[in-house]
Amino acid sequence: MRKLPGADPQALAGSAIHGAPGADLKHESAHKHVSGEALYTDDMPTPANVLHAYVGMSNKAHARINSMDLGAVLAAEGVHSVLTLDDVPGHTDIGPAFPGDPLLADGVSQFWGQPLFAVAASSYDLARKAALLAQVEYEELAADLSIEQGLANDSFVRPSHTQQRGDAAAALAQAANVLRGEFRMGGQEHLYLEGQASLVIPVEDGGILLYTSNQNPSEIQKLIAEVLDIPMHLVTVDMRRMGGGFGGKETNANQWACIAALLARKTGRPVKIRLARADDMTTTGKRHHFSGTYQVGFDDHGVIQALDLELAGGCGMSPDLSDAIVDRAMFHADNAYFLPAARVVGHRVKTNTVSNTAFRGFGGPQGMVAIEGILDDIARAVGRDPLAVRQANFYGEEGERNTTHYGQKIEQHIIPGLVQRLEQQSEYQARRAAIIAFNRDSPVLKKGIALTPVKFGISFTLLHLNQAGALLHVYTDGSIQLNHGGTEMGQGLYTKVAQVVAHELQVDIETILCTSTRTDKVPNTSPTAASSGTDLNGMAARDAACKIKSRLLAFASEHFAVDVGAVRLHNNKLIAGEQEMAFAEFVQLAYLNRISLSATGYYRTPKIFYDREKAQGRPFFYFANGAAVSEVLVDTLTGEYKLLRADICQDVGQSLNPAIDIGQVEGAFIQGMGWLTTEELVWGDDGRLQTVNPASYKIPAIGDAPAEFNVELLPDSPNVEATIYHSKAVGEPPLMLGISVWSALRDAVSSLSDYRVSPRMDPPATPECVLRAVREISGEGGL
Amino acid sequence: MVRFLLNDSEHCVDSGNPHTSVLEYLRERLQQVGTKEGCASGDCGACSVVLGEAIDGSMQYQAINACITPLATLQGKQLITVEHLKRDGELHPVQQAMVDCHGSQCGFCTPGFVMSMFAYRKNHQQPERHSIIEALGGNLCRCTGYRPIIDAAVQMYEPAVQDQFSARAAATVVALQSINDAEADINWTDPVSGKQYFAPCSLASLSQLLLQYPEASLVAGGTDLSLELTQSLREFDVLIYTGRVPELLQVYTSANELEIGAAVSYSACAEALCAHYPELRELLERLGSLQIRNQGTLGGNVANASPIGDMPPVLIALGARLVLRCGGDTREIPVQDYFVSYKVTAQQPSEFIERIVVPRPVPGYAFRVYKISKRLEDDISATCGAFYLKVQAGVVVDARIAFGGMAEIPRRASHCEQALIGQPWEEPAVDAAMLALGNDFQPISDFRASAQYRLSVSQNLLRRLYLELTHPGTAVRLDHYA
Repeated sequence: MRKLPGADPQALAGSAIHGAPGADLKHESAHKHVSGEALYTDDMPTPANVLHAYVGMSNKAHARINSMDLGAVLAAEGVHSVLTLDDVPGHTDIGPAFPGDPLLADGVSQFWGQPLFAVAASSYDLARKAALLAQVEYEELAADLSIEQGLANDSFVRPSHTQQRGDAAAALAQAANVLRGEFRMGGQEHLYLEGQASLVIPVEDGGILLYTSNQNPSEIQKLIAEVLDIPMHLVTVDMRRMGGGFGGKETNANQWACIAALLARKTGRPVKIRLARADDMTTTGKRHHFSGTYQVGFDDHGVIQALDLELAGGCGMSPDLSDAIVDRAMFHADNAYFLPAARVVGHRVKTNTVSNTAFRGFGGPQGMVAIEGILDDIARAVGRDPLAVRQANFYGEEGERNTTHYGQKIEQHIIPGLVQRLEQQSEYQARRAAIIAFNRDSPVLKKGIALTPVKFGISFTLLHLNQAGALLHVYTDGSIQLNHGGTEMGQGLYTKVAQVVAHELQVDIETILCTSTRTDKVPNTSPTAASSGTDLNGMAARDAACKIKSRLLAFASEHFAVDVGAVRLHNNKLIAGEQEMAFAEFVQLAYLNRISLSATGYYRTPKIFYDREKAQGRPFFYFANGAAVSEVLVDTLTGEYKLLRADICQDVGQSLNPAIDIGQVEGAFIQGMGWLTTEELVWGDDGRLQTVNPASYKIPAIGDAPAEFNVELLPDSPNVEATIYHSKAVGEPPLMLGISVWSALRDAVSSLSDYRVSPRMDPPATPECVLRAVREISGEGGL
Repeated sequence: MVRFLLNDSEHCVDSGNPHTSVLEYLRERLQQVGTKEGCASGDCGACSVVLGEAIDGSMQYQAINACITPLATLQGKQLITVEHLKRDGELHPVQQAMVDCHGSQCGFCTPGFVMSMFAYRKNHQQPERHSIIEALGGNLCRCTGYRPIIDAAVQMYEPAVQDQFSARAAATVVALQSINDAEADINWTDPVSGKQYFAPCSLASLSQLLLQYPEASLVAGGTDLSLELTQSLREFDVLIYTGRVPELLQVYTSANELEIGAAVSYSACAEALCAHYPELRELLERLGSLQIRNQGTLGGNVANASPIGDMPPVLIALGARLVLRCGGDTREIPVQDYFVSYKVTAQQPSEFIERIVVPRPVPGYAFRVYKISKRLEDDISATCGAFYLKVQAGVVVDARIAFGGMAEIPRRASHCEQALIGQPWEEPAVDAAMLALGNDFQPISDFRASAQYRLSVSQNLLRRLYLELTHPGTAVRLDHYA
């Protein structure tokens, strides 16, 4: 094994404690999830005088608000107060990176469903009913509802950005073969099972205590301070767990908490807000839908010579996080492939729709779908198996073939070996042959197979977010409280970070309680996003644990008069030379000798930078890699399909918790598949979202999981970077493994042309979309 | 007033809005917050709870969606929620299996899954993948990808211990009988809001109530009507529940016909229907979710006159009839004549569906029904085609073809039928019938499907029908293949 910087991963293997890194530990709340004892924001006991807030929403995509009469709202049963923008003492814009997100519509409705005002009433039901009673007079304005309309009107939320390597135009002119195409891909609703919810309790000194379902406690702390015009130290945010986040509560949870805080200030009473599902889906952003055009030059073997790719992300009415999201799409337009000459342009298109936001993958998936679609197109054009063409284009170890189009050198060449391993373990070649035979004999049902890789960059591309803090207390009975800036949304972050502390202090995991994420414990934290939760907070917690450990060991050395090299913590004990003492007893001793048993920890990611002017740099600390093989069965009469089998190999470095990591891989794969297959967002001509509940918006159900589902974590592949115990991030990367399902569907339809034609199948590939592709490829005309 | 068992304790409610949902009651009134609200429309299963009923002296358990179940319909039943599964601080085998298999991530859907799995374990001796998927198709999980949950549904059978519910089943039966006078009509009026709820116990009482309150809304399963309450925030003055009328709860098979009471749930009539029409099984497994099928009724599916209900095209193709009652009078009407225009039926004020009469299969006829939706499970049809066809000596001699999702009402495809009848059952007739379907329907485009897709795929269903009946060696359906 290669020599690795930082901790020796081999040392973990000898850990005798329960819950050491590498153990298949259960989620820390699993026993509470199954018994209903795990409390979410809406489950919290509320003070008797709590009020319930709700918002009144616009029913125009783009319109000037000439008047708003709230008389009937105020007069409605149970109503205590209403809130308009005029009531806001501080900031009225809550845009996270750039302005553009008014707390409530500021004279103009910018999307159908935009909150116009809020109401506080004695019950949830009465608040919802009252919110429908406003009399609003609008003057309708022209609305751009599609990316195409926005592009045509040069309407952007942020300037476009270009990444370039070499002269793509010249290389295209000289390429042996050139393909041109265009594509679109749909957005995605998060459909976290727990909708947006916040509970605000006014406290002394004009302060606010907020319980909320939010991936970014420090951000909402700051925003509440800003809208109330009070210092941040008066706002405390407590976030124990979310019922799913997926990016949908990174910025999109803020508005509701701010509204509740303002109404709490106005009424002097606690205020709870919870959005009904249809309103949640209408008023919160989604994964960006994209459109694009490309020209790709390649040789007769399908090796790419040049790529000119224009991506246009549909951002909705405001910037929100769209600048970074479209950037990340551009950063992943290469996926695993070397682009000798490339021009990648990213547009941030403004439309009169809800502002799209973070969603697991954060633009990366869209960039990857674009290039994977192109790889399939090239394969059909040169008549080779798409897997062979993909392999021919992988980044190489040597020479020029190891640098991305934005200048980052690929230092870990994991994908070629990983893909080869998966190709063999999944018996790709044998199954490919069997599928060709099957399709020959099956006139109606057709099978398809595809192997697609994922290379996903890990780090926030906004540099300052790559930092984290932790707070660790050891009490005199030896029990430990752990706190850090990361939020738990189901991904097992609290479990993994506790494993880190358990290892460093050599205590059983049961000794450690991870408490809710609170801004009064660890300040100035980053959102739990960008797959960074464990990388950042694990390292910060380790730092805190190491501080306490070194104090304890120094004390032990002195107290027991043993050389410091002979004292250590091991398996719930202090070992000092020949002497042993139980951890709890030792801690008590340390306390009596006035040793501090509390510490903060801090971490910032090294090595990363990106010069956006030059579009060059090393924006990512490392890449997480993976690949999936999917086999599908398609009904060519109806477009219906089924995923028969999926095989996955995912590089998580040295796993901190294989069970949790496999859970992330499987869940992300199915979520990615859903995005590209049945999850279709449909807007009406009036700009109103039509698919506003799980009855109309179809995420994968249990029968969509493949009957054969083989998932492996790439063995013996510790991260060569000094991440926490050489693990790798796992939250987002496997989402893009779902692209293999989409590619397999295209493969199945392509079989109708004997694999000569690459069918257009803009995701989501609903049965309708698949049947349209079948008809086009069969010359029956589209739908 | 309604009385039910909350876990093992008698529970009595006699105040508040009688139209409130079980979920709202649990969370807001009792502060029992283990049961979650994910959608309040019966589409995600996060609020799944289990109802126990004493039937023929033994306990039977079914998962339902608490969000769309009116509280008052719990009368005489046992309500079991996720909080009730632990015994002496120990997790129930279902809960333990979910923990051991890493079946929860964010945990929000988990209580619902646990309850659906609990009901499954009560109803199946052994776990088996197909029925697990059928039982859990109405529980959405956004985190796990479901594999560990399927594993847990298998593992929960080990150890094969008797749980506390089985241990005290006999006592539960006695307790339920003691609180449930099956012959007592229920009348619950909220003095504050004036809202009324009636649960009559005889056909006569029901008929009388409808004469007295012609504007009242009937609730059978409530799976559709409850959406008016939770999604449209509509309020009803009077609800009349049909689920306690014995005459409406019967399934009766005569020599030529199958008679299904209007308040019989899908789950309760599925076996009888599939015994005669095995081709209905797939449709019934994909109609809503198990929670919906445990509540929803055939009568409700017809009476709400939705253009996208799945059973009306079946009933029309099979030539089923409705028995309508008004006071002491009854009349029969073919299902196909019941639907007049969008959400308008031939039913008169104070009239209600008493039962549905389905002819038994006629020898020589082939029956098929095909449902097309974005997602295979728990989805509403883009189109649903039902075909009842007789081919004699190679010639189509009779054809009854009906579609849902293709027009403002479910109805027959008469041009299509005429293109087939009298023709040799061969490709040209199929082609002509497909073409003729375009004269029968001008479907709409909506978020489920475009008009073009609805028509094209409906036409292709005729080809599927033809291939299935004439080329049995050719696989034409995904589910048959898998």
